[in-house]
This record gives sequence, structure tokens and C-alpha cells, in this order.
Amino acid sequence: MTAIAPGTLPKSSPRGNAARARLLRGLLPALSLALVLIAIAWLNPRAISYFGFNLMLNLAIPIALATIAQMFVIAGNELDLSIGTFVGFVGCVTATWLRDAPLLGIAVLLGSIGAYALLGALIHLRNLPSIVVTLGMSFVWQGLAILILPKPGGKAPDWLLAIMSFKPPYVPFPIMAALIIAAVVHFGLMRTSYGVILRGSGGNAAALRRAGWSLLKTKIVLFALTGLFGVLSGMALIGITTSADANIGNGYTLLSIAGVILGGGEFVGGRVSPIGAVIGALTLALAASPLLTFMHIPPDWQVAANGAILIIVLAARVLISRRER
Amino acid sequence: MLQAIADIVRLNGAEKHFGAVRALNGVDFHVGAGECVGLVGHNGAGKSTLMHMVAGTLRPDGGQIAVRGNEEAVYSVARALELGIRCVFQELSLCPNLSVAENTRINHPSLTGFGWRRKAADLIRAKLDEIFPDHGISADDIAGDLSIGRRQMVEVARAFTLTREPLHLVILDEPTSSLDAHTAGQLLSFVRRFVEAGGSCILISHVLGEVLQNADRIVVMRDGKVVAADAASAFDRDKLVAAMGGAEGHQKTAAETRKVAAGALRVRARPARQQDEKELVARAGEIIGLAGLAGHGQTDLLLAIFSAAARAKAGLEVTAPVALVAGDRQSDGIFAQWSIAQNIGIRSLARLRKGLLISPQREAELAEFWKNKIGIRTPDMNNNIYSLSGGNQQKALFARALGSDAEIVLMDDPMRGVDIGTKLEVYDLVREEAAKGRTFLWYTTETEELDNCDHVYVFKNGRIVANLGRDELTEEKIIQSSFGDAA
Repeated sequence: MTAIAPGTLPKSSPRGNAARARLLRGLLPALSLALVLIAIAWLNPRAISYFGFNLMLNLAIPIALATIAQMFVIAGNELDLSIGTFVGFVGCVTATWLRDAPLLGIAVLLGSIGAYALLGALIHLRNLPSIVVTLGMSFVWQGLAILILPKPGGKAPDWLLAIMSFKPPYVPFPIMAALIIAAVVHFGLMRTSYGVILRGSGGNAAALRRAGWSLLKTKIVLFALTGLFGVLSGMALIGITTSADANIGNGYTLLSIAGVILGGGEFVGGRVSPIGAVIGALTLALAASPLLTFMHIPPDWQVAANGAILIIVLAARVLISRRER
Repeated sequence: MLQAIADIVRLNGAEKHFGAVRALNGVDFHVGAGECVGLVGHNGAGKSTLMHMVAGTLRPDGGQIAVRGNEEAVYSVARALELGIRCVFQELSLCPNLSVAENTRINHPSLTGFGWRRKAADLIRAKLDEIFPDHGISADDIAGDLSIGRRQMVEVARAFTLTREPLHLVILDEPTSSLDAHTAGQLLSFVRRFVEAGGSCILISHVLGEVLQNADRIVVMRDGKVVAADAASAFDRDKLVAAMGGAEGHQKTAAETRKVAAGALRVRARPARQQDEKELVARAGEIIGLAGLAGHGQTDLLLAIFSAAARAKAGLEVTAPVALVAGDRQSDGIFAQWSIAQNIGIRSLARLRKGLLISPQREAELAEFWKNKIGIRTPDMNNNIYSLSGGNQQKALFARALGSDAEIVLMDDPMRGVDIGTKLEVYDLVREEAAKGRTFLWYTTETEELDNCDHVYVFKNGRIVANLGRDELTEEKIIQSSFGDAA
């Protein structure tokens, strides 16, 4: 047979295109954040300051943590509809037991992470749709939250208040926190060798099983991580608001899903990006309230604004994929 | 001979049932050290089930399995890997969201700790270089971005990478189904080197020539049983086909020359990268072959023709409705949640409608007609499509295209991984439909299939480089054009 000389294969391979499209898609979350920031700077230049960022991005930390929590389940092709009420439940525990009886509080929070792990096991073993299971769980968490704190109140532990009001030099705390969260999770999920297995379980579960990995374990780990970051989110939220309310986290469910998708994640296939998810959360946090305030639009339009951003970014993503095909 | 003692794996009386279906019916099977065993049989003969058992992914309902003389009571994938038995499955099992290096990591539990990423990349790159010297794959490529052929190359190379676990036996289930002749040759010669160095290999292939040339011993399966097993030299093509059963009598009609009356123009197409005046022309009643190395623009042209049928495009002329039979049936062909009947009916919804709704009765009629016509082996067309074996799934996809109003049928290498009996049935059907005036554009990586075509266009680098009539069609000519320097 004639030997084929290297270099006779087509040069501009479809793979090159795919890689370029992926890069563009990866930059999309950062671009949308930059766009929102530019809009804010244009409307109110004074907002772009140490103090301004502290104020505007205050609530972005719990949103970013909840988004990361959601991202772990999405990485395993599942969806968590209970993360919002779970954050609320954690908030109520934080504002009551964690302050008054720290050991009990810690035990309850660890137990709730365990509950998430068990949910993962249940969903895998019984082959249940996660949407149904977590929708049911959302009522459980909400009910528990109301039992703990029937009316708004409680108070965050002092150490938590101290952490959340930390003012580092030069870099506003929310930005620093976002960088740390993104870096830690990126390393854990995208760079470590077990992170590959976790993402692989979303990409092709059968292949993983054939290579001898336990899918039960990957699912448990993913759900436990969701629980862990849900707990962190609830605690961060109470550290900012100082007191709790059983309904405080309800909006987080959809916000977290939107953040993951805005950050370049996809619902199936194990394609997620921790850095993108944090950026997505920041974008939503900024666009929802500060931008609207500066545009003199009433806060009733918050949800609509989030929706509009989501649609615009997703449309851009589709356009990129289509053009590069 | 020494091989008789040094068994790598031996199954005695292996049985497996899926519901009422007996997939394996008391099979005795063994592989010796330094031996390449060819395994052939129709789709549904039980080859894959048997291999799943050797690889540990399926547990036998009866019988024993012994590895290197020791009986394994609790056999699993992890145990098989520990004992140095690996399998490249027929359905691609890479994670599309992970890079080539990350996919390698999945098969090696010991690739952890600092620097695992570089180690995995080095490992797979070295093996790819060894097996497919001009592969053009980077360890950082995301598996989902690779063409199906390249994915198969990665998967095969991955099975031969070595870390902590030993490597004694590799099962290759249709390893060349998505490779072109050139890369398939590279793979098979690597397999020979591997076997000569003392490794063992089970080669499953529907390309009988590959098995005859590369296996030391051939095992033929039919209906869940081993029906013949002997040294490869004891078989030839006819004997193999006879042992597999069911395919006799078709052979001759394939070679029969067809008389073609030039019909009305159906397709006139120029590939996007074509620089000279060559173009593809297809008329009513013609079967047109698209040949050349895999991934040199054949699929792109088919897809361009497909979209030109819906929306006019410069350089493309399509004058009749079009249907496409996808090659990558798992990702492009099948609706996984749907029944067989629904999978067939989807291309013909307009005709199946009654008022605003789809008439279940008409859908069932259409499905039943094609079940009989094309011989889809199932008790009930309302079963899920995945209840069918691979070859029968592909038949359902053919039924979808042929059952529609399409006058032009585009086939994107649809026969990969399909057994010879099914192939011959489909060839007959294609010729029959062509005689009725349908036009077929048929991209195939298997040179033998081109014998069914009236005209063959050879592709290279996204361009048509040769247009061969039926009488000038030889394998040498095709290879010459696909490798030659003619632009």
C-alpha cells in the first residue's frame, strides 16, 4: 500500500473549528459579565469602586456557592430543585442552633450533607428521576425550616458575621471570595484525577461502569458536594443578612440553575465549568439588582431581567455553535 | 502444543438468558496465550454477550469461567482488569465531554496524584504513535470533537496502554468498523505484533477477510451456540459464510450486472472545496458510491445535499425529497426512548396523519409492512428500539428511509458493525428499490460494498478526485486515487 505522507490530511479539520467554538463559548460568560459591568460603569461610574463592589456583590457570594452546588448535580446529569429551600433551611439552622448550641448546629448541618448523599444513593439505586425526588425534598426542607424558625428572626453567630464583613485591602471581599471558590472547585473537579471520573459519570456512565468504577459512589460524592456547598451558601447568606427567614433562599433554585447554564454548562453530558458558573452567578447578581436600580427600573423586574440575560447569552451560544459547524 | 496448557481464559457451559430469549446456550470457549481468536457470527448470534461475559460486564446464568486455570467464582469488571483482560466494546465507550488523556485516565485507576495528567497524555500519545503512526490526534482533544474513526482509534489505543495492571488479553469487538482501509491495516498489523509478542486477542469482525488473515483460530457462533471452531487455515470465506448460515444464495446476485437506463436528473453537487469542474451527478434509478479514506468529505457532501433539499444552495441541485440513513446510529439515527414502530414512522408523519393527530393504526401498518419486508427480528414492533440487536436497529433505520416518500436516499456508511447476512439482505433491497427508480448515494468504507454501485466517486481532502464507472472499478484504482497526488 502506498505510504501516506504526513500532512496530506485536511489541514483545517472540523476539530479545529470545534475547539475554536469551544473557546468562544468559554469566553461568553466572561464577556457577558464584562458587558454588565460596562453598563453599570456607564450609568454610575462611582459604583466601580472598592465600596461599590462590596455593596453590589454582597449577595453574590451565597449565589455563587449555591450555583456551584447546583453544578455538581448537573455534572452528573441530574437537577436539584431543592437547593433553594435547602439554603433557607441551612440559614434557619445557622441563625438559631449554630449560635445557641454550636455542637447541635454542626451535627445538623453535617447530617443534612449526609441526607444529600443518601438522596444521591437513592436516586441511583432506584433509578428515580432526580427532579421528582428533589422537588419532594424541597418541601421537606421548607417544612423543617419553618419548624425551626416559624417567623423571621434569629441571629447569625458572631464569627460568621466577622468573616462575611471582612474587608481585605485593595480587593473587595466578594471578588476575592469568588476567585477562591472558582479556583478551588476548578482544581477539584477539572484538574484532579477523581474529578475526571465525576465528570465522566455525566458524559458516558456506561463507559465508566465498564472500566470498573462505581457509579453509586460518583453519584453519592456529587450529591454530597452539592449538600456541602448548599450549607456553605446558607451560612454565607446568613452572615450577610444577619438574621434568617424560612423563605430566604427560595429564589436560589432557579438562580443557581441559570447560573450554571449561563456559565457554559449543559444540562446533560457532564459539560460544566466551575469558573463559568461563578461568573454566571456574579452576572446574575449584578444584573438583577444594581443594574436595574441604576437604570431606574423597579425591582419587580428582577426576574424578567435575569430571564432576558439568560436568553441573550444562550442565543449567542447557539449562534456560535451553528456558525462554527 | 503449549497453547493448550496456557489458557488465558476458559468458559465452560456458559449460559445467559434475557427474559425468554436464550442469548447463550451452553457455550465452551477458550483463548490460549499468544493466540488471536477470530469470532464470527450474525448479529444476535451471541458474540457480544459472550464477550461481555469474558470482560466481566455480564454475569453468566450458568457455567464456569476460569482465568489462567483458576476458576473465578465472583467475576467482575474490576477482577477482569486485575487479571489483564480488557475489552474494546462495539459501541463507542469514550466520554465525549473528556479529553483523550482524561479518557485514558478512566481505564487506569493507578493514574492519580501529582502529574497524572501528563502521564496519561504521554501514555496515550505513545500508544497512538505506535499503532497509528500518522493519527493526527492530540491528547488534549476533546473526545466528542473527534470524528468517529478517530474516536475508535483512541479507544483501541487506550486498551493497549499499560500501567499497573497486567495486559494479557484484549477483546476487539468490531475494531475496524469505523476505520478506513489504511488505518484498519495499521491496527491489524499491530494486533499481529502484539500476538507474536505473547499477548492474546479476540477479534470480532464482520469483515471476514480480516478474520481469515489475522486470526490463528476461528470460532463461529450461531443462535447462542458455537457451531464451528478450527484453525484459521481450515476455513475460507465460503466455509465461514456457510457455517454462519443463512447467507448462501445471495452472493451471486450481488455480482450480477444491472442495466441502467439513465433517468431524470436527481442530484448535481459540487463539494465546497472542489476547485476544478468535477461534480457529482446522480440520476433516477442509480446507485452512486462515495469512496476514499474515511473523513475526506464524503459525509459533509451528503449532509450538504440533505440540507439543499430543504433550502436551495449554490452549487447543489436536488430535485426530489431526500432521506438520510445515518452512520453513527447511536447519536444520529435512533430515538432511544421510542418504540421500533415510532422510529420507523418519524420520516413519514405527514402520511400517517389522520386529521391533526398521528393515526396509531397507520403507524402500525407501516411498521408491520417493513418488519416483514426487511426482516426485523422482534416479537413486537412496539418494543423499545434498543430491544433489537445492532443490525436490526440499522434495518429499522433503513425502513425509516425506504418507507418514506424520499426519492433520494443518502447512506452515510450505514453498514458499519452489521453482520453479513443483514448486509446482503439490505443490498438486495437497495437494488430492488433502485430498479423502481429511487436514487441512492452511498458512502461506504468497505470496498466490497462498492460492487453494488453503478458509479463511484473517490474523495480526497474534501474533493472528488476520481469518477469510476462500474466496469473500471477495482480496489487498486480506489486506493490509488485516495492516496495519489492528483488533486
